[in-house]
Amino acid sequence: MGFVQYAPMDTETVARVARLARLAVSPDQQKAVAGELGQILAFVEQLNSVDVTGIKPVAGVHDDALRQRDDVVNDGNCAADILQNAPQTMADFFVVPKVVE
Amino acid sequence: MSTLTDLNMQQLLVGLQKKDFSALEVAKTYNAAVEKAAPLNAFITTTPEQALKQAAESDARRAAGKAGALEGVPLGIKDMFCTKGVRTTASSKMLENFVPTYESTVTQKLFDAGIVSLGKLSCDEFAMGASNITSAYGPVINPWTGADPVHAARQLVPGGSSGGSSAAVAAHAVVAATGTDTGGSCRQPAALTGTVGMKPTYGRCSRWGIVAFASSLDQAGTLTRTVWDSAKMLEVMAGFDDKDSTSADRPVPSFTGACGQSVKGLRVGIPREYRLDGIPDYVNKAWDDGIAMLKNAGAEIVDISLPNTAAALPVYYIIAPAEASSNLARYDGVRFGLRVPGKNLIDTYEQSRGAGFGPEVRRRILIGTYVLSAGYYDAYYLKAQQVRAKLMADFKAAYEKCDVILAPTAPDTAFGIGEKTADPVQMYLEDVFTVTANLVGIPAMSVPVGLAPNGLPLGLQIMARNWEEETMFRAASALESAAGFSAKPPFRV
Amino acid sequence: MTIIKGRTGEWEMVIGLEVHAQITSHSKLFSGASTTFGADPNHQVSLVDAAFPGMLPVINKQCVVQAVKTGFGLNAHINLESVFDRKNYFYPDLPAGYQISQYQKPIVGKGYLDIDLPDGTSKRIGITRLHLEQDAGKSLHDQSPKDTYVDLNRAGVALMEIVSEPEMTGPEEAAAYVKKLRAILQYIGSCDGNMEEGSMRADVNLSVRRKGEKKLGTRCEIKNVNSIRFIMAAIEYEAQRQIEIVEAGGTIAQETRLWDTTKHETRALRSKEEAHDYRYFPDPDLLPLRLDAAWVEDLRRALPELPDAKKERLMQQYGLKAYDATTLVADQAAADFFEAVAKGRDGKLAANWVTVELFGALNKLGREISHSPISATQLSELVGLIEDNTISGRIAKDVFEVMLETGQNPAAIVQEKGWQQMTDMGAIDAAIDAILAQHADKVAEYKSGKDKLFGFFVGQVMKATGGKANPAALNDLLKKKLS
Repeated sequence: MGFVQYAPMDTETVARVARLARLAVSPDQQKAVAGELGQILAFVEQLNSVDVTGIKPVAGVHDDALRQRDDVVNDGNCAADILQNAPQTMADFFVVPKVVE
Repeated sequence: MSTLTDLNMQQLLVGLQKKDFSALEVAKTYNAAVEKAAPLNAFITTTPEQALKQAAESDARRAAGKAGALEGVPLGIKDMFCTKGVRTTASSKMLENFVPTYESTVTQKLFDAGIVSLGKLSCDEFAMGASNITSAYGPVINPWTGADPVHAARQLVPGGSSGGSSAAVAAHAVVAATGTDTGGSCRQPAALTGTVGMKPTYGRCSRWGIVAFASSLDQAGTLTRTVWDSAKMLEVMAGFDDKDSTSADRPVPSFTGACGQSVKGLRVGIPREYRLDGIPDYVNKAWDDGIAMLKNAGAEIVDISLPNTAAALPVYYIIAPAEASSNLARYDGVRFGLRVPGKNLIDTYEQSRGAGFGPEVRRRILIGTYVLSAGYYDAYYLKAQQVRAKLMADFKAAYEKCDVILAPTAPDTAFGIGEKTADPVQMYLEDVFTVTANLVGIPAMSVPVGLAPNGLPLGLQIMARNWEEETMFRAASALESAAGFSAKPPFRV
Repeated sequence: MTIIKGRTGEWEMVIGLEVHAQITSHSKLFSGASTTFGADPNHQVSLVDAAFPGMLPVINKQCVVQAVKTGFGLNAHINLESVFDRKNYFYPDLPAGYQISQYQKPIVGKGYLDIDLPDGTSKRIGITRLHLEQDAGKSLHDQSPKDTYVDLNRAGVALMEIVSEPEMTGPEEAAAYVKKLRAILQYIGSCDGNMEEGSMRADVNLSVRRKGEKKLGTRCEIKNVNSIRFIMAAIEYEAQRQIEIVEAGGTIAQETRLWDTTKHETRALRSKEEAHDYRYFPDPDLLPLRLDAAWVEDLRRALPELPDAKKERLMQQYGLKAYDATTLVADQAAADFFEAVAKGRDGKLAANWVTVELFGALNKLGREISHSPISATQLSELVGLIEDNTISGRIAKDVFEVMLETGQNPAAIVQEKGWQQMTDMGAIDAAIDAILAQHADKVAEYKSGKDKLFGFFVGQVMKATGGKANPAALNDLLKKKLS
């Protein structure tokens, strides 16, 4: 891959990414955040100089196959544990503000 | 009893076995030590009562002839390990009130071996950082101050992310501590505090129950006073766990047995690309001294090349945030964690996550989200995966010529709290020598080798091949005995 | 092909289906929690399903087996290496904030299935892929005015997403596709196909274009349609909606829509308005799924007979017509029932009694064949009574009615009611003589050439014998006597 032209990190991009990540970034923070993210991206874009022609990407370090477990029920049935740390529950349900479909 | 806290784990185990003192006496002493160390802010949660209870149980087991491998040893647990019934925060406001109903595999193994837990140690928030300043519970203070009056006048960071662990071990507030290491989080804080920090091969320890930061890089590790102590802890922590798909089904060899073995004929690789511009002379001198020590001990010194070294940090700062952005999506205030009520569901998510996560975590989530987003995946994430493959190939080639690699651990000694914060990349450079081991999975450990002219400790790093921790411990213990590092920080309990 | 007449011309539609089928397994795809339907809220949830900190997925081997077997059932390529990816989005019933799915490297690649159309023809529909993924939990929006309640019992249950090529052209084809797919899954045992309980649901991708046009129109996706009837209705509605928009000079917005089961219309999903950016990447908690070629081959060899093969065999072995065979194999239980009835009997006669009489009765009763009030053995006995001339086909229908009501065996009913056919020639002979004597005038008319009266005499003798006279014997005797 040759040189890649990246889009600049601007406040609009920060707002879009923050929305995707469900992170509140207030408008007055956006500019500062854009600056920081821009610095980080400029740093990681050093990778542009590395030739990766024909290199197979790796997702992890060991080339092992996935281990498969037997189909047995040996977990669950622990509603109290599941619900214990929840901010809001009702009759064993988790409760969240209404979702409009 | 003040000398009790000066015993390392090996000495403590001997004393306990000989009944020179009981586990309860040790626990009482350490509870007091933890209290005395409070100014370091190393602990987020202390559990003195639990420690006494566990110590009494430990004494009973020993009396019954059922002593475990770490029977009665008081440890601190990095707050990334979920502990049943004991609050686990990951140093985040998000998990301020989170009490797990389960015990991580690694801490369970430690408890099964007889340890006594003194409490939960601070770290960078979600283990993201190299200074412990990103903790929502305040910075941890390095017990070292340095000879230099400029340094002595200010407070220094203990490194990170396992900064609570390194500070507590250095100050003798705990015998040893668990850590986690995603990009250097055991090794760099060890180097900055004159302690031993170790990460094993990826897959050696189960990740089950450890708060995830970057799943393909995270490993449990140790912060200890000696190489042997680290080997002993790893013998207990390591092993196959069928609850972690990336845990390796391999036997756990005797790591302590490797300590003290001769390094005669061991080929030690010196990567020429690790001679970086801008690194202080005393770091390079310490490295040269380390090379000489291993050579004198009979090792063969080999010049090696790791041509893609400069790419490691950029690769890391794509992959780690990408994985983190996804791993941290579960903190949405629905099933656990902070919830800040908003105008609607999405607003509640955004407010909760905005308030629950600190600036560095937010930054990494945003970067990670960005590099995975439509249109950027190939340019960043895919490319990083390809360069990661090249790094793995570099190491494979290097290990044809050598058995272990010797390099500096950190680019400099401990720095002041508040420094290196002007731009995030400055802090990231702290990991320049350590991230590669995580990217390629290999075991690596930092051993203290001396003091810089500023009076602060320096560490050197030994990296070995995958699954060859024994070779790593052999080389590290040779380096440890040759260096004879015995300096102690001015602040000690 | 369904052609729709619009205001400005004729239109056709292009339909592709993504079917989500719940895999039959005891435990979930990545955890040991149970998959049983109907438990109390959050009682079949493990810490893994609820995505607690530090929890990790471990794959269920049985789900892999089911996916491979289904792949073979769809004549598809099995990928010996596949990869699990994370699909990232926030929703309250998606605990981890991502769904573990397969994106670039699914476990099953291209295949096909042949659908059976109402006119007796069949059509081949391409399968694009099949992949494994986790189901989400359930959000209940109607329990409280201000809140949504979340139950994670389903979260993490294994699904197969089966994606078709956009090769269907109307609601009948889509229905036939789902029926055929369901039959294959049921034969294999990889999914119970129970659409009411949500074990199977479909996302319908649909676009319209002018008849003969090659270019595809903009498509809309109708999510989570959970019955064949709704799939057909949604297709009809959506095609009409799109045509009206285009004919009015508008353009179709590519969007996700919902089938409103009460208003019988599709509408845009408000919560999914934002642009999708799922940020797929390989799940670092899981390694690549690698399958051993020999192991996969063993699974292929152990496959049961599938609908198409069974249909062929039923036609060969029992001499059935394609239509009957198709009807029978659509439901494995029906095919099995038929074969039990047909054992030692005439196949066509048995098929007729199963597909016409029994199916008709079950339909009226609203019962599945698994709950048939008449067993296969009983029906087989009834067919046997017809074959050995104990009763006539007409009487058999009466016997069948009694069987439905009482559950009695047919032979016992015939015995009790004295419905045996009169095969005693002497008795029939006497009955004929009596009728002919009674209607001497009609006999004379017949003999003078009024042939049609033959039927009259048959009817009268039947009436006199209570319908029990063997029709063939009666015919023969009567002809002799009148000649």
